[in-house]
Amino acid sequence: MTDLTINGKDVSLDVPGDTPLLWALRDNLRLTGTKFGCGVAQCGACTVMVDGMPVRSCITPVEDLEGSDVTTIEALEGPEADAVRKAWVDLDVPQCGYCQSGQIIAAATLLTEIPQPTDEDIDFAMAGNACRCATYVRIRKAIHNAAKILEA
Amino acid sequence: MKFDIRATALTAAIALTGLLPGGAAQAEEVNGLKTAASFESIESEQARSVAIFEEMAKVITHARCVNCHPVTGGPLQGENQKPHSPPIPRTEDNFGVVAMRCTTCHGEENRPFLGETGSVPGNGHWQLAPQSMGWVGLTVPEICAQLKDPERNGGRTLEEVAHHMGHDTLVGWAWAPGEGREPAPGSWEGFSELAVNWIETGAACPG
Repeated sequence: MTDLTINGKDVSLDVPGDTPLLWALRDNLRLTGTKFGCGVAQCGACTVMVDGMPVRSCITPVEDLEGSDVTTIEALEGPEADAVRKAWVDLDVPQCGYCQSGQIIAAATLLTEIPQPTDEDIDFAMAGNACRCATYVRIRKAIHNAAKILEA
Repeated sequence: MKFDIRATALTAAIALTGLLPGGAAQAEEVNGLKTAASFESIESEQARSVAIFEEMAKVITHARCVNCHPVTGGPLQGENQKPHSPPIPRTEDNFGVVAMRCTTCHGEENRPFLGETGSVPGNGHWQLAPQSMGWVGLTVPEICAQLKDPERNGGRTLEEVAHHMGHDTLVGWAWAPGEGREPAPGSWEGFSELAVNWIETGAACPG
């Protein structure tokens, strides 16, 4: 049994300790916004926030999260997340959309720490989030637009 | 999932040499690394110290160690020391970039891949060595001089350098890197003994 907080709610996960967080989120808690992509922490589709930091849930065992505070795309909130969502909609960023929950979490984290990122800041921060539809140009533009929304 | 890397390394060393604890025989070499005892026949203390460091360099210049001790740029990975994928530049705190810190992917220990063989390497101290401690491209004498220089070794005394080598679990990870990654030569215990002996013999550097 692992006790932690997920999206603001106290949760006791009755799963084997080596269960990846991603499976616990999707299969046990039905939080299916977080996606399985590569399973080797290379694509970023499974990214969630753990204690305020992005973490790849596909390779994170539940037993490492006792007492942690997990936030998934379903509960990501705050001015940066709101700005990113608006910019994403305005520009129709997603193509298939599969990677977008991880992209949005990474983008919101970037803007929280660097409110006015350069192209280089964006490219490095987002380099761990692969998009098979190659929407990278729109993602970068949307992050710049979200920065303008935050500045206004 | 946690285990004692040092105990494991020592057990492996004992198993490989066929020695039992307390046995009289002394192995000259364990897993490709000579033991500290094997240098006792060198009479000159300075020559012994140099020889010990040259042995230590087999570990220090191994991919498991060098990959996190680059001179410029970010971390390397793999036996062929390719740039880290995804690309990570060196940052001021040597801990990755915004939204992709080391801990985004690297946990307290090696974490198995999902659905295939292999693991993401991990340790609680996972991070890039500061640029002043970069080793890639340096000769063994240059690395030796750098290790002894408090301006470049993080202000450590020689004893603290040996402590880092023998007790920092991030160093110990080099002998338990997970399936698909070649461990550093020898054992952590053996490397630690070499470091202690190198300092005890004057911490001489190869010329």
